[in-house]
Amino acid sequence: MSVIDDKEQQAQGAFSPVGAFLDLLEKTGGAIMVFLSAVGRLATFAGRGIYHCFTPPFYPRLLLRQLIDIGYYSLPVVGMTTLFTGMVLALQSYTGFSRFSAEGAVATVVVLSMTRELAPVLAGLMVAGRIGASIAAELGTMRVTEQIDALTTLSTNPYKYLVAPRILAGTIMLPLLVLIGDVIGVFGGYLVGVYKLGFGPQNYLHKTWEYLTSEDVVSGLWKAAAFGFIVTLLGCYHGYNSKRGAQGVGAATTNAVVSASIIILICNYLLTQLFFAGK
Amino acid sequence: MAQDTSPAANANNPKLVLSGVYKSFGNNHVLRGVDISINKGKSLVVIGGSGTGKSVMIKCVLGLLSPDKGSIRVDGEETTQLSGKERDALMRKFGMLFQGGALFDSLTIWENVAFGLVQGKAMDRRQAKEIAIEKLRSVGLPERVANLFPAELSGGMQKRVGLARAVATNPEIIFFDEPTTGLDPIMADVINDLIIEASKKLGATTLSITHDMASARKIADDIAMIYKGEIIWQGKAADIDHSGNEYVEQFIRGSAEGPIRMEV
Repeated sequence: MSVIDDKEQQAQGAFSPVGAFLDLLEKTGGAIMVFLSAVGRLATFAGRGIYHCFTPPFYPRLLLRQLIDIGYYSLPVVGMTTLFTGMVLALQSYTGFSRFSAEGAVATVVVLSMTRELAPVLAGLMVAGRIGASIAAELGTMRVTEQIDALTTLSTNPYKYLVAPRILAGTIMLPLLVLIGDVIGVFGGYLVGVYKLGFGPQNYLHKTWEYLTSEDVVSGLWKAAAFGFIVTLLGCYHGYNSKRGAQGVGAATTNAVVSASIIILICNYLLTQLFFAGK
Repeated sequence: MAQDTSPAANANNPKLVLSGVYKSFGNNHVLRGVDISINKGKSLVVIGGSGTGKSVMIKCVLGLLSPDKGSIRVDGEETTQLSGKERDALMRKFGMLFQGGALFDSLTIWENVAFGLVQGKAMDRRQAKEIAIEKLRSVGLPERVANLFPAELSGGMQKRVGLARAVATNPEIIFFDEPTTGLDPIMADVINDLIIEASKKLGATTLSITHDMASARKIADDIAMIYKGEIIWQGKAADIDHSGNEYVEQFIRGSAEGPIRMEV
């Protein structure tokens, strides 16, 4: 006990507020440096990826495969998500609006919420889980099994061959998925509105169209394009820079999904402010 | 395409020269001034234990890593600063057999072998497939494997496919990274024979890295030993048993006793 007490006293004796403050500053500065260097690496990676999207040689066969993988095969997931979200939105908004006799606004709330926010964000998050994870795992495995190095030795630029088709496909396909998701989500609201809440079909559709503007839909599609870019970019970035071994690939997959999801939510706020601030 | 590979012709005709190549990762100094020269048509095998810098050396030559300092010359031309199209053009001179094969999982066997022809040389796919099947035959694989995927083949067969891919574009320089690791002794010898046959047929210059002495003795014209990021001995393969270097002697004896101490 006495030894421990001595050490504690020594430690306490060495304590100085200035030293502690400098230590805090050093740690904060270190964390900021790590963050900034990570942002720098990601920005450089993104820049290279975008550059190689627009410079030959192009790989149309690979792009087509990614368009099908990211777009067509994500359709069931996005469709189910938006369908049930539209349905639950109709139920919830009916419950809320009926308290002040504004049930008639249900259709408008459903269509505006779906097109402006929920379809792009939910599709982005679902695609982050499905595609972001799969891209990170695939590229991570290619990295640890030296397949990416092999590409370089076979005179093929990995950014052109692996990254560019995925980024392009994500940016092109997510708006299309969201457009379909918009329709399915509105249809979900229609089903609940007409068959459960007792709205007339024509009245519901009329209310859906009445306040909808092209800006509502287009802003959602722009968001979707941004989210598609974010998901595929982060999947590629984490997979491409995966560390050795199964653990490295696992970490790359998790990081791809988590970082894409967070950035989608942050970006969603910023884009919403950009599109609709002051309106 | 007969090449004059006589010693007289090659004496002052180095195909690949590394001079004073350094590479560090933080405080880990992996290469500390590597000097190597390989004459045209010759086979150099670099031996050395795990973690001595063999793979990093090859990756520096291939441009997968940038050396911190030093010169890497191919056909007398400095390559360390090359990038983009110039690097791609240089890579067409190279073939590489990776330790684990590094076959592309998503492509069939023939597409793997023909990859350098289709992507690197923009060859028509049908013509590339014919060449790929021919290359597969030359490494002892039947045509029926051409449409299989890598996961459907055994380790030895994957290694053969990797070899077929490495030589498919008729490269001038071929690297073999641990070509016999993970194979049984008989299959290892088969791979050694295939390496010799493929290299001689192409007249290619080869650089192999291995810790398999049987393989080194069989495929090497010259042997160099790398230890702690430096070449500590280089000589004829026939001289390896009387090198007079205690590090080399310990390595080829495979003994724990000697100047090389393993960190355990």
